Amino acid sequence: MTAVRRLLNLTLWQWVFLLLTLGAMYATYLRVVYGLGGVTNLNDHFPWGIWIGFDILCGVGLAAGGFTLVALVHIFNIERYRPILRAAILTSFLGYLLVILALLFDLGRPFRIWHAMVMWNPRSVMFEVAWCVMLYTTVLALEFSPVLFERLGWQKPLRWIHFISVPLVIAGVLLSTLHQSSLGTLYLIVPHKLYPLWYTPMLPVFFFVSAVAAGLAMTIFESWHSSRAFHRQLELPLLASMGRVLAVLLTFYLTTRFLDLSRRGVLPLLRENRTETWLFGLEILLMLVPAVLLFRRRIRLNPTALYACAVMVVLGFVTHRLNVSVTGIEAASGTHYVPRWTEIVLTLWFISLGFAIFRLVAKYLPIFEAEPAPAMDSFAPPLPVHVK
Amino acid sequence: MSKAILYDATLCIGCKLCEQACATRNGLPYDDKIAAEEELSAHKLTAVLSRDGAFMRKLCMNCADPTCASVCPVGAFQKTAEGPVVYDSSRCIGCRYCMFACPFQVPTYQWDERFPIVRKCDMCSDRVAAGKVSACAEACPTGATKFGEYNDVVDEAGQRLRDNPGKYVDKIYGLSEVGGTSVLMISAVSFDRFGFHTPQEPLPLLTWRVLRHVPDVVILGSVLLGGVWWITHRREEVALAEAMRKESQP
Repeated sequence: MTAVRRLLNLTLWQWVFLLLTLGAMYATYLRVVYGLGGVTNLNDHFPWGIWIGFDILCGVGLAAGGFTLVALVHIFNIERYRPILRAAILTSFLGYLLVILALLFDLGRPFRIWHAMVMWNPRSVMFEVAWCVMLYTTVLALEFSPVLFERLGWQKPLRWIHFISVPLVIAGVLLSTLHQSSLGTLYLIVPHKLYPLWYTPMLPVFFFVSAVAAGLAMTIFESWHSSRAFHRQLELPLLASMGRVLAVLLTFYLTTRFLDLSRRGVLPLLRENRTETWLFGLEILLMLVPAVLLFRRRIRLNPTALYACAVMVVLGFVTHRLNVSVTGIEAASGTHYVPRWTEIVLTLWFISLGFAIFRLVAKYLPIFEAEPAPAMDSFAPPLPVHVK
Repeated sequence: MSKAILYDATLCIGCKLCEQACATRNGLPYDDKIAAEEELSAHKLTAVLSRDGAFMRKLCMNCADPTCASVCPVGAFQKTAEGPVVYDSSRCIGCRYCMFACPFQVPTYQWDERFPIVRKCDMCSDRVAAGKVSACAEACPTGATKFGEYNDVVDEAGQRLRDNPGKYVDKIYGLSEVGGTSVLMISAVSFDRFGFHTPQEPLPLLTWRVLRHVPDVVILGSVLLGGVWWITHRREEVALAEAMRKESQP
């Protein structure tokens, strides 16, 4: 009886999560029993769908906030970003774990995922990507571990982590740089397939710069939501200063994008009335509008406007990744790919899982270390002063 | 020595005996329904295409610098000295980057299998290793598909083009495509007609140009980031020491 009452007490988002979980369980069953053909609309002409284009490409990019903030705080020693550092690391850590989970669904033989560790092919971008994911997820686990150790009161491992923190942080930034850009390098192999608005030798650079922008936008996004969910005060001056960095970064990104388009002489393509042109326009607009708005102090200091800008950047980023991985490939492959419901449900479930775990972790572990944590849990002991 | 397949589309009568021989050699089913399919799939590793009465074969080109071999993260593909590009399914993790990257759209997947592998023509590598010709060349009744030494095949294709001015389009397909392939084709009908658009330069170069800088990025990046870390933290240390000194001598 109590169970039923508790079920009826679920909030809207909890219902959504529950339904997605049920859908995902069924989709997983189909995936295991019927193989990729049973749950995806992929075929020999179109072997990569949204599990690669969204779950992997966007997942990794949106997880770039962690390394960006780690670099700002630990390497550039800009202390004022410290209050949001742990939340950013958690976002990245969860992002990478979900990417690996999604990969297990997409790989034809997921139980052989470890092959890349022992069967090397250093000429392969995918090989580099595999190693970067593996190593950087380990780095993120270590960067996040102090939060857990503090909660458990384990002093010894805390000292160990502190001891290796500098090389760890440098390794993390390097791995991220390599990884974010190499996702772009993946697509350098298909000059014959990718539409010229997106195919450029500069792809690795654009993937890296846009990932840093998306990472910052995600940090603003996630701080905004945390402040609402946990009734904390928004670190507005901090987020506003990130908004300014974002504006500069977006301007740089857009300028280089157009310089590259004009250098390759493909700007006349914009006059053609095709799906690609419109999607390109959408992608650019979603980056251009926040770039212009974020230069204004008034916008940056308005929480709602700042949040809206962050959302636009995230959407613009997602549009770019999907354009490179799905839309831009369609014409040359001669097929029209529309994801099947199972692909969509699993993707939505991965996202919701990320939100759910973040909420859970933030509730029980000291993520927002800058201010004394409100007594969310009456059993929680008073938090120690954090050394690191 | 390196071997090659020569396909002369003008001699092809579209009998599809090559398809049948290929299916037999690879242990795949073959019937009228499969014969009617004009595209490669996990159960059809070569296909005879027809457009307006002209024929064209589709099969793995067995590139000199294979894109599939370069992109595979676990090195499942290999170019052998005799010419065939072979695939080791025991390594394959199923990422399908080979399918995505192949400039000829050749590798296909067993989409409906629980434990799928990639399928593609491997130029009958076992037969070639045993000194025999490929199954398709053996089955061809008109000599449209021939098998021989790479150099001889190139010479013969050039000879046929020179001896019959106006008969063929002026192209040996596979001679320079993606840096050259072990399958060479000549035809009276433009290759574009069959959807064969292929870049000339070897694709693996495109990613290698970026990938080879990875060690530089690691070394330079470590030094740079370490340097920045040292400077920013040293500044703090100095400031702290200054403050301490001032405090101790009022």
